Amino acid sequence: MTTGDLSTLLVWGAATAFTIALVAYSIDLARIAERAQKRVPEAALVGSGSTRPATAVAGSEDQSAPGRSARAEGIARSTTLLGLVLLFAGIVLRGIAAGRWPTANMYEFTIVGVFVAVLVLAVVQRRRVIAFVGVVVMGISVLALVLALNAFYIQADQVQPALQSYWLILHVGVAIIATGIFTVAFAAAVLQVLRSFREEALVDGPAVTVGTPGRSDRFRRWVGGPRFGWLEQVPGSRELEALSFRLNAIAFVLWTFTLIGGAIWAEHAWGRYWGWDPKEVGTFVAWVVYAAYLHARTTRGWSGRRASYFVFVGYAVVLANFTVVNLVVTGKHSYSGI
Amino acid sequence: MSVHRPEGLSDVFMEPTEAPAAPPTLPTLGLVGWLRWAWRQLTSMRVALLLLMLLAVAAVPGTVWPQRAQDTAKVATYIADHPTTGPWLDRLGFFDVYSSVWFSAIYILLFVSLVGCILPRTKVHLAGVRGRPPRAPRRFTRFPAQGSGVVDAPPSQVADHATTVLRAGWRWLPFVPTYRVDTRDEGNGTLSVSAERGYLRETGNLVFHLALVGLLISVATGQVLHYRGQAIVVQGRGFANAQVDYDTFEQGTAFTPSSLVPFTLRLDEFESRFDPVTLQSRDFTAHVTLTNPGEEPVEETIKVNHPLDAGGAKVYLQGNGYAPDITVRDASGQVAFSGPTPFLPQDEVYTSRGVVKVPDVSGDQEQIGLVGYLLPTVDVRETSFGPAYASVNPQPDDPALVLAVWQGNLGLDTGVPQNVYELDESRMTQLMDEDDKPVTLVVRPGETVDLPEGMGTLTFNELTRYVALDLRHDPALPFVLVFALLAFAGLATSLFAPRRRLWLRLAPGAEGDDGRTVVTAAGLARGDDVGLQPELDRVLAQVLARSADRPPVAPRGPTSGEASP
Ligand code: HEM
Repeated sequence: MTTGDLSTLLVWGAATAFTIALVAYSIDLARIAERAQKRVPEAALVGSGSTRPATAVAGSEDQSAPGRSARAEGIARSTTLLGLVLLFAGIVLRGIAAGRWPTANMYEFTIVGVFVAVLVLAVVQRRRVIAFVGVVVMGISVLALVLALNAFYIQADQVQPALQSYWLILHVGVAIIATGIFTVAFAAAVLQVLRSFREEALVDGPAVTVGTPGRSDRFRRWVGGPRFGWLEQVPGSRELEALSFRLNAIAFVLWTFTLIGGAIWAEHAWGRYWGWDPKEVGTFVAWVVYAAYLHARTTRGWSGRRASYFVFVGYAVVLANFTVVNLVVTGKHSYSGI
Repeated sequence: MSVHRPEGLSDVFMEPTEAPAAPPTLPTLGLVGWLRWAWRQLTSMRVALLLLMLLAVAAVPGTVWPQRAQDTAKVATYIADHPTTGPWLDRLGFFDVYSSVWFSAIYILLFVSLVGCILPRTKVHLAGVRGRPPRAPRRFTRFPAQGSGVVDAPPSQVADHATTVLRAGWRWLPFVPTYRVDTRDEGNGTLSVSAERGYLRETGNLVFHLALVGLLISVATGQVLHYRGQAIVVQGRGFANAQVDYDTFEQGTAFTPSSLVPFTLRLDEFESRFDPVTLQSRDFTAHVTLTNPGEEPVEETIKVNHPLDAGGAKVYLQGNGYAPDITVRDASGQVAFSGPTPFLPQDEVYTSRGVVKVPDVSGDQEQIGLVGYLLPTVDVRETSFGPAYASVNPQPDDPALVLAVWQGNLGLDTGVPQNVYELDESRMTQLMDEDDKPVTLVVRPGETVDLPEGMGTLTFNELTRYVALDLRHDPALPFVLVFALLAFAGLATSLFAPRRRLWLRLAPGAEGDDGRTVVTAAGLARGDDVGLQPELDRVLAQVLARSADRPPVAPRGPTSGEASP
């Protein structure tokens, strides 16, 4: 077996470990939901009695809080770590097999990106498991790894002259880290929005709306219902907003570096720093959307839940910039090898 | 202090610390009133948000439709393929998105909005940096961080000590105080200490936004002053940096020919390396001799990713290929053509297509056109149609020219500029052999073959290489880089440097409890700041702890107004 094959095997191993972690997180989440469903009347009472449900629920911090499954959490934790170790080894061996830094094509981009996302997940969860964020990040990661192994895979090899530059490490490496962090921030933002709808539903009471309910009223009622009882177990929406913001801010700064670094590299390799190449446009659009997110957070009437919708759009652009632009659109950035 | 705040900006830090805001005055509308209203709208946060999203949306069509700036031919094809929608899209600027009226309008409005928003804030910030930290609010209850305690020392002494604590330096920068501190006397023996840190946060924010403006201006300046040209240079030949020596040349509106430094460049040798198995390119190096005006020639190399700096311009290695050196003798034995002709590579194995035009035949012979391929490593396979030639390796291991021969009028005298890589066949005929099959000449280096029908001979002297160079001069480049880096640094600072205000109120203990001080504290931060309460707790703990065991101090120095940001 060659080093390259061994690397691929390790990545498959990591995908397996992450799949188990995904199942474990899902079981944990289901348990929480189940217990919460039983306790709904009581929870609703607590929620509606308090003016700040965020803090009312954030009190349930400790690990052994009823509803969580310690076994599932343990398994999730250990398989996450195991997967990280396997994936790391796979990445290192890939680099050795190719004789260069392993960030030159979509396959390598995806496996390193997943590594970063799961690493950030592990760091965020080091004190407290947030099963929902685990499910979202693991779901995306497993999907991405399987996609990488089946659709993006190419043999480990040297790269063409245009890629022989230290910018392959800086520009692409930073882009990968940024994408990984954006992923976790996105998961936190989804949770924040759900949680915030539920908080509202509990404070207002599901039946308060007069007249015909709008779409968001219906959604609020739905999230306020027993099915989403598990939301009581996650941190308050303000806390999640803060988490999502902090991650997004770091990723945004890294994205800015990706943009500037890409331009500097393009100046060396292509003879111009900016040419509205599809990948450049995609990067620019994502950057502008996240900039809008930062502005929305500080705009009256837009902060909180509405601002986080920008995160959804921004993350969608980041993903499209990686998939659609690489595979469908033709541009200078055709290094995927597929 | 009246604080400039863009409409719609929600920022606790800019809320007045004491409540009473002036009642809103309705604008007296008139022209000026309307203009003022419009300006306020334009510089509001909501409109900035809207413009940002518009900019993001408006940038997308450029990836959906082909763009003239990148590929004119593709645009022409698209319009031809879509006779109804094409011309409309063209009229609306969808093939020149990034220079279209609407795209420009959005970013110009965005930048106007940005300037209108940022300049007043810069003024306020400068005043804030020079001024005193804001006075302690009357009530602390509404602040996100709070604390209190009692200490065995009179207020003045506690205030002194609190100032020392707050002004302590950084661990890694001991001489720069963390906080700016100001003490005020509130009457009845009560003192208040106001402290503020993190002016850098706002500074970073302003630097970031202003740097974006600088970036835009630099990019525009570069557009106006730049030039860019492409030239094909054959091994052993030279190239002079003059407009006539370029195959294509493009310039900004304010370009002056004097910015072309007349250096010369000669291609001495070109090296290429390919992966032996996958045949993918691994390395290209052009060895050149550069002669700047009035200087000794120097040897240089140009590689992909390593452009050469010459005469204020950068020279990029954009492409390479083979230029077979051919001599054609006509029927009378005269040399009708001699020299290398660049052939354009069509694929990974450098199957290269080219045309040799031989107009200068002697006497009244007909002109000759040769069309065909250069195959760097030829592989011949017999098929039922005769031999088939293909290239199997990009390296020139066994090169061969495979050419068809045309005879007639090349059409060079019509005055219409011709593509050197295409043969105008309208007034020419292709030569056939006895079986009425097209004549195919196969020539290897050093070989001479006869042209059919006694037209003369063709000699393939040797295989030389050529490079396609791209020269670009953009005097604004350093500015673009500096502003981009400034924007980056400003952004990082404004997102990660915490900005905090702390207030301590030092009230004398109740009657008969002289010499004690009741300390209450509050803190405020911009954005969310998990470190605020811990910092307040730390400061309070130090103030309470050490004030107590310090002996009563002697003379009190002034504590206000001398701190630095
Ligand atoms: C202004 C110029 C540039 C911008 C804005 C830019 C942007 C990006 C971004 C955002 C990514 C990461 C996400 C993704 O792949 O979708 C990326 C990846 C990458 N970039 Fe760039 N880039 C630029 C210039 C360059 C240049 C000049 C090169 C090399 C000659 C380059 C090579 C790569 C490679 C190899 C990848 C990762 C592999 C892949 O996407 O398949 N980039 N770029």
